[in-house]
Amino acid sequence: MSKYVKNALGRTIPTEINGEEVIPFKGIGQHRPKGRKYSTEVPTCLDYPDDGNKVVDSLEEALKKCGLQNGMTLSTHHHLRNGDLVSNKLFDVVHDMGVKDIRWFPSASFPCHSHLIQYLEDGTIHHIEGSMNGPLGKFVTEGKMQGTGILRSHGGRVQAIQDGEVQIDIAVLAAPSADIFGDANGQYGPSACGVLGYAKADYLYADKVIVVTDNLVDFPNFPMEIEGNYVDYVVQIDNIGIPEKIVSGTLRITKSPDRLHMAEMTSNFLLESEILHDGCYMQSGAGGTSLAIGYFSHQLLKQKGWKARLGFGGSTKYMVQMLKDESMEHILDAQAFDLDAVQSVAENPNHHQYSVFNAYNFHSKGNLTSMMDIMILGATEIDVNFNANVATHSDGYLLHGIGGWQNCLHAKNVIIPVPLFRDRIPVIKDEVTTICGPGKMIDVIVTERGIAINPERKDLIEKMKNSSLPIHTIQELKEEAEAICGQAQKPKIGEEVVAAIKWVDGTVLDVVRKLEE
Amino acid sequence: MSKKIAYAGNKGDKIRSDCFVTFEMKDSGGKEINIQSKVDTMYGQSIKQLAEDILNFFEINNAYLEIIDTGAVTPVLAARIEAAIKKLLDTEKEYLLPLLEENKYGSKKEQFRFSRLYLPGNAPKMMLNAGIHNPNGVILDLEDSVAPDRKHEARYIVRNALRGFNFYGAERMVRINQFPKGLEDLKYIVPHNLHLILVPKCEGADHIHAVKEEIDKIRADRKIENEIYLMPIIESAMGVEKAFEIASAAPEVVALAIGLEDYTADIGAKRTTDAKESFFARTRIVNACKAARIQAIDSVFSDVGDEEGLRATVKESKSLGFEGMGCIHPRQIKVIHESFAPDEEEIEKAKKIVNAYYEAEEKGLGVVSLGSKMIDPPVVKRAQKNIDLAIYLGLLTENWREEFSHE
Repeated sequence: MSKYVKNALGRTIPTEINGEEVIPFKGIGQHRPKGRKYSTEVPTCLDYPDDGNKVVDSLEEALKKCGLQNGMTLSTHHHLRNGDLVSNKLFDVVHDMGVKDIRWFPSASFPCHSHLIQYLEDGTIHHIEGSMNGPLGKFVTEGKMQGTGILRSHGGRVQAIQDGEVQIDIAVLAAPSADIFGDANGQYGPSACGVLGYAKADYLYADKVIVVTDNLVDFPNFPMEIEGNYVDYVVQIDNIGIPEKIVSGTLRITKSPDRLHMAEMTSNFLLESEILHDGCYMQSGAGGTSLAIGYFSHQLLKQKGWKARLGFGGSTKYMVQMLKDESMEHILDAQAFDLDAVQSVAENPNHHQYSVFNAYNFHSKGNLTSMMDIMILGATEIDVNFNANVATHSDGYLLHGIGGWQNCLHAKNVIIPVPLFRDRIPVIKDEVTTICGPGKMIDVIVTERGIAINPERKDLIEKMKNSSLPIHTIQELKEEAEAICGQAQKPKIGEEVVAAIKWVDGTVLDVVRKLEE
Repeated sequence: MSKKIAYAGNKGDKIRSDCFVTFEMKDSGGKEINIQSKVDTMYGQSIKQLAEDILNFFEINNAYLEIIDTGAVTPVLAARIEAAIKKLLDTEKEYLLPLLEENKYGSKKEQFRFSRLYLPGNAPKMMLNAGIHNPNGVILDLEDSVAPDRKHEARYIVRNALRGFNFYGAERMVRINQFPKGLEDLKYIVPHNLHLILVPKCEGADHIHAVKEEIDKIRADRKIENEIYLMPIIESAMGVEKAFEIASAAPEVVALAIGLEDYTADIGAKRTTDAKESFFARTRIVNACKAARIQAIDSVFSDVGDEEGLRATVKESKSLGFEGMGCIHPRQIKVIHESFAPDEEEIEKAKKIVNAYYEAEEKGLGVVSLGSKMIDPPVVKRAQKNIDLAIYLGLLTENWREEFSHE
C-alpha cells in the first residue's frame, strides 16, 4: 500500500506509482542520477538476412516475431501528430492478438488517439506514459484507466529511456520513407512530416524496433534519421497517416486583436529589456500568439539590422521566412509544424534536423535550452508564485501533455504570454491546479492587461523601471483577473491519484487526482 | 400579459463569453432556474445566486429561467437576465451593479479624439477587452451594428458595460439610434458616467436641441452632475448643408463626425479610395467645425486588413484639417495615432517656435521672433498644439525645454 509524502514544492505525492518507487521532487538541480545508462542486449547480424531485406508481411507478424507478450511496453512517436494512423492500427492488432496489459509509451498523444479508449476499457492497454490529451485526458481524470498515467516532458522521456526507468520492449516507429533495411526519414513520401527526432531514443534503446512505412523505397535511403542497423523488421502498410492532419498547411498568426496586442507588448518587452539582441538564440512555439511574437520580433530585428544566431523549432513558415531573409542564421529543428518547414528542412542547408535527444535530455552533457536567450511558452494557469500549469485546466481535467515545455524552462529568459482570463476563467490565480513548472524558473508573464516580472529577476526589474510598458506585480494581475471574472469555486477533486507529473530529472513534481462527479 | 416567454442574448458554436437567457412567466409553481454553463465547475453557484437575486429584485415568484452560458461575466449575465425579464414585465426598476471606481473619471471638451473604437452594442465579448488597445474613446453602438430586434437587449449590455467594464481611461461614448428613436436610448445610458453621445444622421440643430433637452431632463431627475458632450454625425447631403448650424447648436457639441457610407449613398455616388466624391463634404465639415471652434472627425476606414491604405487615408485626413477618425478594429488605433502624430520635422519646428515664445516672454519682449522672422500668435498656438500632442503620444518628454536649451 502506497504512502504519501510531501515533495520539495510541498505537493503531496504517493511513494509508489504503478508498483514502482517514486523519487519525490527535491528542488531544482538537486537530484543527481547514479549508475550507468540502460543498454539493450547485444544483437548479432547472424539473426538478420544477408540481403538486408527485413520486410515482413504484416504488423501482426512483426509483433509476433518480436515476441509480443502481456504486460510489455510498446512505444510510438508523434511526428504524424493528429494524422497518426499507426498507433491506432498497432493496438487494433494487439487487441486482435488477445494481448493484454500493455504499457503504451508514446512521445505524445493527440485527439485522434481517442480510438484507443476502447482498449483502455477492455484491458488491452493498462496505462499510458506520455501525454494524455483531450478525450484520453478526460478518461484518465475520471479515474477510468487501470494504471496511473505518467506525464513526462520530451526531454524527460529521453531521460527515462536512457536511465532505464522505462524499458521499451518494442518500438513501433512510423516512417514516411523507409528502405528494406530499415533506414528511415520523415522528409519524403505522402505522409512526410519533416523530421523524426522524437523517435531517436526509441530506436536506440528499445529491445526490438519495427519500422512501419507507406513509402518503401530502394536501398539506400538518405538521410538516415533512423539507422537500419537498429531496426528488426520493416512493415509496409497503405497509409501511415492522414497528410492534412500531419502538418498544418495554414498555421497562421493569430487574428485576435487582443492576442496581437499581447504579442506586440511581448516583443517590445524583449527589445527594451535587451533580451532581444544581435546574435540571440530564440525559440517560440507554433501557437497563434507565439507566431505573432516571432513576427513582431522579426520586424524588430530587421529594423535594428540584427540577426538571430539560431532559432530552435518547432519550425514554421514564419521562422523559415527569417532564415530566408537572413534575419536568422540557423534553424535547429526538432519538428516541422507546417509544409513550408517540411520543405525548408529538405532544401535549406542552414535548416538542420536537431533531435530532442540532443536538445532536451537533462541527463546529458549539456542542455541546449539553457543556452537560449528567448523562450516563449504557454500555460493554462499561473499562480502568484509564478508556478505554472500546462497539463490540467482549472476545472481539474487533464487535457494536455507537457511537450518540451519543462525542458524549455531552463532558458535564460522564460516569457509566458497568456490572457489574464479565458472566457471568464482566470489564468493568473492564487494556486494552480497542477504544478508543471516551478515558479523560480519562470521570469516574465505578459498579459493583455500588464506584465509581471518574477521578483527574483532584479536585473529585469531594474532595466524596465522606466519603461512605458504596463509593468505590474503578479498579485495585481491576479486581483484584476478576479475583479473581472469573480471569485471562482474550486473543482471537487478526490484523493485517488490518476496521473503523475514528472520533472526533467525523473523525480515527481506533482500528481493529478480523480475528479469527483 | 399576452406573451409569456422571452429570450435575450446569444448562443451557438461560435459564441463565447456571452449567454442566452430564456425567461417564462408562470402563474404558480415557484421559481425554477436551469443553468448550463461552460464554466459551471467554477461559477455555477455564483450564476445561480445572481439569477435568484435578480428574480427577487423584480419580485418574481413564479417563473422558469434558463441560462445557457459560454463564460459571460457578471455584468453580461445580469444584462441578459434583466433584458429577458423586461420583455414581459413592465417596470421602471433597474437592476444596477456597482459603477466601478475605475470608471469614475471625467472627460473634457478639448480631449484628443484621434481614435474612437466602435463596439457593437450587443457583442459584450468585444467590449470587455476594448480598453486595452488604448483608443482615445470607445463607442458602445446602439445604432447600425445592432439588429432591430436586438435593440432592447443591447441597451442593457451597454448600460452594464458602462458601469462594470473598465475602459482604462478611454472617453466613454455611446452612439444612440437615429432621431427621434434615439431619444428612447438616453435614459439607459446618461446616468452611468457617460462622457459623450454620438447623434447619427443629424440634419439640423433641432435634432441636437431635442437630444439635449432629453439629456437635461434625465440629468435633473437622476441628479447627474457630469457634463455630457455631443458629437453629431453628418451622414447626408442635408447634414452637410447644415454643418455649421449643427456645429454651433449647443455648447455641448464638441465635434462633428462625418459618415461617408451613408453620405455617398445619399448623393448617389460610389465611395472610392481617393474619395473625390466626398471632398466637398469633408472640407465643408472641417470648415464648419473650425468656425464653431470644435473638432472635425473623419469617417471610418473599412478595410481592416489594409494598414498602408489606412495610413495614407489618415495622412490625407490630417492634411484637410481633421483631428480624428473612427476605428472599426482595434488594430487601426495605433496606425491612426501614429499618422495623426506630428512628424519629426513638425516637432523640431514646433520646439523652436515654442522655445522662442518662452524666451521672448522671459525677456519681456512683446514680439516673438525666430532668427530674422517674426512669429505670429496663431503660429505659436499651432506649434504649442503639436508640442502637447507630441507629449501626449510619448514622442516628447514634458521637460523637453531643459534639453532643448542645452542644445
